[in-house]
Amino acid sequence: MQHADRHSQSVKLDSPLPLDCGKQLEGVEIAYASHGALNADKSNAILICHALTGDQYVASDHPVTGKPGWWTRMVGPGRPIDTDRYHVICANVLGSCMGSTGPASICPVTGKPYAMDFPVITIADMVRAQAMLLDHLGIEKLHAVVGGSMGGMQALSWAAQYPACVGAAAVIASTSRHSAQNIAFHEVGRQAIMADPSWQGGEYYDDGGAAPSAGLAVARMAAHITYLSEAGLTEKFGRRLQDRDVKTFGFDADFQIESYLRHQGINFVERFDANSYLYITRAMDYFDLSEAHGGLLAQAFAGTTTRFCLISFNTDWLYPTAESRTILQALHAAGADASFVELESAFGHDAFLLENAEMKAIMRGFLNDGGTV
Amino acid sequence: MTELRPDQKIIAAHVADGARVLDIGCGSGVLMQELVETRAADVLGMEINPAKVAAAMARGLSVAQGDALKDLVHYPDQSFDYVILSQTLQAVKRPDLVLDELVRIGRQAFVSFPNFAHWRVRLSLLVGGRMPVTRLLPEQWYDTPNIHHVTVDDFRALIRDRGFKQDGQWFLSGDTQTGRGAANLMAEHAVFLLRR
Repeated sequence: MQHADRHSQSVKLDSPLPLDCGKQLEGVEIAYASHGALNADKSNAILICHALTGDQYVASDHPVTGKPGWWTRMVGPGRPIDTDRYHVICANVLGSCMGSTGPASICPVTGKPYAMDFPVITIADMVRAQAMLLDHLGIEKLHAVVGGSMGGMQALSWAAQYPACVGAAAVIASTSRHSAQNIAFHEVGRQAIMADPSWQGGEYYDDGGAAPSAGLAVARMAAHITYLSEAGLTEKFGRRLQDRDVKTFGFDADFQIESYLRHQGINFVERFDANSYLYITRAMDYFDLSEAHGGLLAQAFAGTTTRFCLISFNTDWLYPTAESRTILQALHAAGADASFVELESAFGHDAFLLENAEMKAIMRGFLNDGGTV
Repeated sequence: MTELRPDQKIIAAHVADGARVLDIGCGSGVLMQELVETRAADVLGMEINPAKVAAAMARGLSVAQGDALKDLVHYPDQSFDYVILSQTLQAVKRPDLVLDELVRIGRQAFVSFPNFAHWRVRLSLLVGGRMPVTRLLPEQWYDTPNIHHVTVDDFRALIRDRGFKQDGQWFLSGDTQTGRGAANLMAEHAVFLLRR
């Protein structure tokens, strides 16, 4: 019985990582966390894939913010993704900034940070890097791969790219392709970063802290709006004023919602690299799982034996229910074993990160079916 | 766990081992679970109510939230050995169109429904002059989900018109099976096995 809760460690991949853009990356490092013991025949591993600004700290405290892991309600001893039963692995995605190789990493050739010399990566590249990590760990087959939002894109890609390695895939609040609206919001964020004079074409790493924080904060603010529902915002903030009784007739954060968004933006820049934000949003925009199959999504899953579980939320307008239905139809057309439900929540896209008793019960039932481990 | 209804027991008894089954209107998956456990069947459920879908998924069953009328079109021809529509036909908007889909998707289709020509229903309408409220049809006219009341003879006429073949028919009075003779009068509940 191997063990350990390793709250973050790093593996350097033995061979170069081939990328969709045609280039390859040498000396790729992947940082990951693991929880729960891997069983003797290595059959109880669950890979959790994180979202755009997530990281490997799914069930352990974040080293920068000190906050608990981002999915502790779902992952842990006795939780729906039960670390008493399963060996849970969560890796920081390629291109990110929490220990895995990304634009802030040192390029082995130049000895300087890659910055914008980092190749444009895709969701498939992230998944390929995770597959190489699992190879390194000697795990040949995953009991399940689970992800919400961009993590769901990875879970779908895992099932499409490595069908024999994925027993089950749970895809939550996600999509099989980025829509024009999705791309549009990301482009606003990227332009905000690149319009910040501190961005300097991405070459801000040597400047002793003058990163494009203002631009990145605006990008986060714009994106954050897409994670919430209109009803949720109205309920939480309405038109209430922030620490004042009257409007100031100025451009200070009069409204609570303004104060909240600014707070979100400022907190975010402390833990995230602006160039990583550019690269990961680009990877999401390039995501269209049907593209390589002549536009036929079902073809991406032809002959699959993976069990699928799709969950959407009724107030999620970033990746609305229709996206999950499209995936469901493709999976059923491919003859796959696939479940789908739209759950109710007032909280929009963010619902997958929040308390939801039905989501928990579904996840537990879905993971425990198909034989106990 | 809830007991199987009598019509579900008949269906479960006639599903072949290891079959691939679609249970439309599967609720929280009582019949599905029975088929998985006793028939080793590969069962997919379809259910419109998200709370019931979630309950079935929490049992580890495969269920897709969906609407029979809208979502059946996405399944390929003859992709299931059996399609089951139990106690749901009378509640869909266009039963005829749903039946067409059932026999297209499934090699065989089980359809069960309460018989509106049962003598107790007839008597209730004849004597009482009001829409019948019975054990199998417990709702009032204004809140019943059963928007297309159907009789055994109506159903027989429809499958004849549609040219469907019939591989079996079972009738229930109370919770026990009753004969075919005078089924339109004597059966509270009917189960048909159809194919294209």
